[in-house]
Amino acid sequence: MSAYSVTAPSRRQQWIAGVLVALYAVITLLPLLWIFTTGFKSPSDAIAYPPKLAFEPTLEGYVNLFTTQTRQTEAYLAENPPESWYEEMVHAKGMVIAGPSRFGERFLNSVIIGFGSTFLSVFLGTLAAYAFSRYRVPLKDDLLFFILSTRMMPPIAVAIPIFLMFRSLGLSDTHAGMILLYTAVNLSLSVWLLKGFMDEIPREYEEAALIDGYTRFQAFRKVVLPQAATGIAATAIFCLIFAWNEYAFAVLLTSGTAQTAPPFIPTIIGVGGQDWPAVAAGATLFLLPVMVFTILLRKHLLRGITFGAVRK
Amino acid sequence: MGETTIERAAKATPPKLARRIRGLSDRAIAWIFVAPTIFLLLAVNIFPLIWTIRLSFTNFRANRPNAEVKWIGLRNYERILTDSDIWLTMQATAHFLFWTIVLQVLLGFALAWFINQKFRGSNFWTTVIVLPMMLSPAVVGNFWTFLYQPQIGLFNYSVAFLTGADPTSFSMIGDTGLAPWAIVIVDTWMWTPFVMLICLAGLRSIPDSIYEAAECDRASKWRQFWTITVPMVLPFLMLAVLFRGIENFKMFDLVVQLTGGGPGNITTLTSIDLKREAFEKWRTGYSSAYAIILFVTVFGLASIYVKALNRVKER
Amino acid sequence: MKTTHLMAATALALVSGLGTTGARADDLTLCWAAWDPANALIELSKDFEATSGHKMSFEFVPWPNFADRMLNELNSGGQLCDLMIGDSQWIGLGAEAGHYVKLNDFFEAEGISMADFIPATVTGYSEWPKGTPNYWALPAFGDVVGWTYRRDWFERPELQAEFREMHGRDLAPPKTLAELKDIAAFFQGREIDGTTVYGAAIYTERGSEGITMGVTNALYNFGFLYENPDKPYDMDGYVNSPEAAAGLEFYKALYDCCTPPGSSDWYMSENIDAYKSGQVALQMNFAFIWPGVNADPNVGGDRSGYFPNPAGPGGHFAQLGGQGISVVSYSDSQAAALEYIKWFAQPEVQKKWWELGGYSALRAVVEDPGFATSQPYAQTFLDSMAIVKDFWAEPAYASLLLSMQDRVHKYVIAGEGTAQEALDKLVEDWVEVFEDEGKL
Repeated sequence: MSAYSVTAPSRRQQWIAGVLVALYAVITLLPLLWIFTTGFKSPSDAIAYPPKLAFEPTLEGYVNLFTTQTRQTEAYLAENPPESWYEEMVHAKGMVIAGPSRFGERFLNSVIIGFGSTFLSVFLGTLAAYAFSRYRVPLKDDLLFFILSTRMMPPIAVAIPIFLMFRSLGLSDTHAGMILLYTAVNLSLSVWLLKGFMDEIPREYEEAALIDGYTRFQAFRKVVLPQAATGIAATAIFCLIFAWNEYAFAVLLTSGTAQTAPPFIPTIIGVGGQDWPAVAAGATLFLLPVMVFTILLRKHLLRGITFGAVRK
Repeated sequence: MGETTIERAAKATPPKLARRIRGLSDRAIAWIFVAPTIFLLLAVNIFPLIWTIRLSFTNFRANRPNAEVKWIGLRNYERILTDSDIWLTMQATAHFLFWTIVLQVLLGFALAWFINQKFRGSNFWTTVIVLPMMLSPAVVGNFWTFLYQPQIGLFNYSVAFLTGADPTSFSMIGDTGLAPWAIVIVDTWMWTPFVMLICLAGLRSIPDSIYEAAECDRASKWRQFWTITVPMVLPFLMLAVLFRGIENFKMFDLVVQLTGGGPGNITTLTSIDLKREAFEKWRTGYSSAYAIILFVTVFGLASIYVKALNRVKER
Repeated sequence: MKTTHLMAATALALVSGLGTTGARADDLTLCWAAWDPANALIELSKDFEATSGHKMSFEFVPWPNFADRMLNELNSGGQLCDLMIGDSQWIGLGAEAGHYVKLNDFFEAEGISMADFIPATVTGYSEWPKGTPNYWALPAFGDVVGWTYRRDWFERPELQAEFREMHGRDLAPPKTLAELKDIAAFFQGREIDGTTVYGAAIYTERGSEGITMGVTNALYNFGFLYENPDKPYDMDGYVNSPEAAAGLEFYKALYDCCTPPGSSDWYMSENIDAYKSGQVALQMNFAFIWPGVNADPNVGGDRSGYFPNPAGPGGHFAQLGGQGISVVSYSDSQAAALEYIKWFAQPEVQKKWWELGGYSALRAVVEDPGFATSQPYAQTFLDSMAIVKDFWAEPAYASLLLSMQDRVHKYVIAGEGTAQEALDKLVEDWVEVFEDEGKL
């Protein structure tokens, strides 16, 4: 795919390209870097006017992220001296820790729902894509467009019927319900991308396997799947990014048990106003799993996205 | 194709084996593989859609469960299509859609092209560039309001640093002229990587042999770019545009967090307006009709677009 | 209505039954917005858990989604919340749609008297229809729009002298809106300790209710009325009177002359940030933020002062905030929920509530001789609660609010049209809403 030849770019060309890409990356990184550093600022440094470049790093944001705090009376504070460094941090503001915040459980929900629905949408997507790619499915083009069209309805528009439906099925505010919902939303992307990948895998491999005595199903499992691994990885990343960050359905359809982190993070309230360091800390931690997942699958993402959704 | 493959395979194998292959007929396998997807989509997407269509002909309000529900025919549709405010939100959406796609295509393609020069470290920088896409839109919107603050925001200070202007002399969100661009900038920052990744895939799928042949014909680099690179990447690019277009037509959380639809109604995109009708005014029937109109619009545009995409692919 | 009555009665029977037979431990969920006072309520409720044996869980939804999420819950008859601290404007909907349990009989049986609460909070948070003794909530959290100012800046001799020369009076908390504007203009763009500061942070938010909660503080005081006092829902000439238009013009003038650049979409949290970071001399905000301001390391203590919304040419009012606590009629644990309200209404609990930063609406607490001096902002809170006025609390309040957000933001922030036109159109919108409701 990338053998050197007369068409290889010259050194100078590479150098210019490298500089331009790095420049773009740095600009695009600035807001992220700012979010990351804000997580280590004190609340007053985070909103300092004029903005501060140098600041004393503190873990206050992370402490606020993981605890619920309330104001207490002087007398109570004097009676209950702090027992740890983080309690001391909270006491200094005239507050006490009333308990852990719900960030931990929301984060866990995100992991269950995010990865669960990613698995399911990639699994179902692979099966469907294989069928569309290899068999003469009646009304193939119409079915494919139907699958795409399921992505077109604004979530707000279907939220009320879905809410009522989930409630009557007992799926409201459950992990299973959210996994099914996100899977349904992601299936369009999954089927379309994966069908492209499957189209690219030469049929000769399967034919050879069939001649060797494999059944159709075995051929799919032992020959096609490994070949499509790159495509599956790339699809999984896109599906995870969506499910991980989805906001509108999460706000409207979940509450105590199955709520994910995105509705929680931007609304962490500190003393009076928004607690920017805690929000930044939450955003940073929340980015990590997807980032790690992407880096792990990076090779596949960069190579594998050669889906030929393009060739029919 | 599939049929012939198996037929060929069947002819070439002894009868006992053939029976094993046919253990499940092709048709059966195809249905077993496709059915779960179709079934799930019917349940989760089509069922609510049909419900929505039904509601769109009524005056139902989800916050008045006890009120009598009346069948009012096409009244909701009539009201929406004659409401001039809705055309304004359509305009705002069109502006947002057009410019985010133009900018993301230009930037995304350029970046992909540069990265495809395979300079040292290109893999590292690619990973860095992809990061914004992984953030939650709600968190992004939230933080960008901060970045856009004239007194303390990074954006205004950066612009001031580059141009020498006073950072407090302009307000991206408060100015009626700048606000539509404020949302375009954030969306572009976030989603250019998506277009870039797909373009990169397209660029890497072009076999070197084609360029080599062109080189032999002494075609200029410029000519190669327009006659080989662009046409070969186009189908990929169009697919990226399709998905970005559909997503941005539904754009909601990012813009709500950024501007709340203001100043006035300048950045009130249709889905923001729809959300107000559905979840604040609770005019469920009316908002259902609204949703159907939007759906039909996207559906129509997308089907024209997919036809064009198929034509490009066949070329 | 009958059914809710019945339910309340059954619940009551249960409560009294429980009193004698010993407690059945219930899991109660209390729903409120995610903000400062909500966290204080967690701490406070530990006492209830200890005494009653019930377990409390809390569902706090962020303000921007609070109404959507909770009304969706109520509308679908959800059982998530047993207790709801719903916004004051929901009371009409809660009562008419049967979401809330009517509390009259319960109050009577338990000896809870609404006369013991600040009258404005009873009208604002509990009654529907307004002005009638039908109670759907117990006033839980008193709140009102007021102002915070930088006392340390006001007291600087050089600024004092300059201001006196300019206006012929002392630089002190304003008594009228005109004075407030003078002070804001005085600080706008001024250099203080090496940074440029601005006049006032005011409510301008577009998405939910921000600019409405701000602009009404000017409208009321210039003579705006929601309706003809003698004829309900007759709005033409009251909402859009020339006085009301003058009030709207005043708010726009204040926004144009004396607010920080870029403050076009600001509500509670943005105003706090601007004030705490030293950008502004004055801040409009709900009283709930005052304990936080007082405790702030940069602007707390003596450096800040508080004053009620200043009077205007047409009167002296302030926008009401705050909420009452209701029992959700779909709850399976109504008895325990009522028990919670009974516990919450006790004077000792209310006193503790105030100490933890919750604004109690109980007169025994706020009329205590020591109350006014217990906190630097206590007197201002009392003065403000005496002049409150609320937005519509109709079941259709959300539609009314959306129209107002739209019309006012277009004029004040985007600068479209005139104040008179904006209010004329607002009347048209509101008439349409009430016609849809069948009230006109």
